[in-house]
Amino acid sequence: MAGAKEIRTQIKSIQNTRKITKAMEMVAASKMRKAQERMIATRPYAEKIRSVVAHVGHAHPEYKHPYLIEREVKRVGLIIVSTDRGLCGGLNINLFKKVIARMKEWDQAGYEIDLTVLGNKALQFFKRIGGNITAQATHLGDAPAMGDMIGSVKVMLDAYDEGRIDRLYIASNEFVNTMTQTPTIEQLLPVAPSEEKELVHHWDYIYEPDSKPVMDGLLMRYIESLVYQGAVENVACEMAARMVAMKAASDNAGTLIDELQLVYNKARQAAITQELSEIVSGAAAV
Amino acid sequence: MAMTFHVDIVSAEAEIFSGTATMVFAPAEMGEVGIAPRHTPLLTRLKPGEVRVQDDHGEEHTFFVNGGMLEVQPHVVTVLSDSAMRAKDLDEAAALQAKQEAEKTLADNKADIDYAKAQAELAEAVAQLRTIQKLKKSR
Repeated sequence: MAGAKEIRTQIKSIQNTRKITKAMEMVAASKMRKAQERMIATRPYAEKIRSVVAHVGHAHPEYKHPYLIEREVKRVGLIIVSTDRGLCGGLNINLFKKVIARMKEWDQAGYEIDLTVLGNKALQFFKRIGGNITAQATHLGDAPAMGDMIGSVKVMLDAYDEGRIDRLYIASNEFVNTMTQTPTIEQLLPVAPSEEKELVHHWDYIYEPDSKPVMDGLLMRYIESLVYQGAVENVACEMAARMVAMKAASDNAGTLIDELQLVYNKARQAAITQELSEIVSGAAAV
Repeated sequence: MAMTFHVDIVSAEAEIFSGTATMVFAPAEMGEVGIAPRHTPLLTRLKPGEVRVQDDHGEEHTFFVNGGMLEVQPHVVTVLSDSAMRAKDLDEAAALQAKQEAEKTLADNKADIDYAKAQAELAEAVAQLRTIQKLKKSR
């Protein structure tokens, strides 16, 4: 029965691995549901603030905020949202591929690039390949809090205010459904004007205390909410991708076990047959 | 029936209140404001404090906000509540921390991106993933 014992040990170890991947799959599935709920919960705020910003665009404020003005580009800022942990299939890699392609385009156009990274994976990757990381936030957890990313967003907004960057983008994964997550890169600043037709009559808000601080606060929150939404959506993507990856791993382990079981059975059968034929031929010889 | 308007109170993390009201009080930066229906458009910042909503049954709902923004349109009032404590120096501190961490990361690192290396690394990872998928299909 040569090798039968080894095969049995191997089957055992694959079974243990399958237990782990099964457990991870189920954990990811339940976390994904929560992350999706959280993603939906952020929508009302995002919609409201978007409509307020659109209203501001239609109003005719006496003060034009720099976030609304397009300027010549010398340097761009990019916020990259990634996961903290791995084992989630190609989620981060696909995003980084898109980011690198875009960064190369910018590089060829002569733009310089400042990075802000959210999540451990992006940090590790861009640290290894090089890149001007101006701010970072990692270990945001499964339920990212707005407070955890205010700092890193502010670094970028300050850079924009001081004219060090002329455009700001965000790269994150968009949650299409459980099977599909699409990497996207969107422009945050300057705020693209809404496409709705301009209202005919001219009107403006009363600003209290003054239009500048109010607009500052509003647009800052607008950008923050977009980044926050990106981060929350990315968590949902992470969980979905991990669930799918772990399901694939469990399935693979299952097929491996089946194959090994077959090999084991054959080996066992061969050993028995051999023993029998030895006995029979021994008896015949007597 | 009394005149009413629609009120939404939302924070970045959840929707807090949505419904009709006859009157809303909010802690604006320049002092508390009371908003009645058909108020002229107003945009202001809020201080941390209470937002009180009087609904059409005459009941009063009270919500605490950490500050935020108040937008008033003649028939819609939106309160964008902050979900974290905000103050200029707190924000500065958070920004500084994010910056310092990044500086620490970059301390032993070059600032130029090696695109060729990055693309090669990514291509490798993608190829690995593809192989795994193929292996799975071929079974």
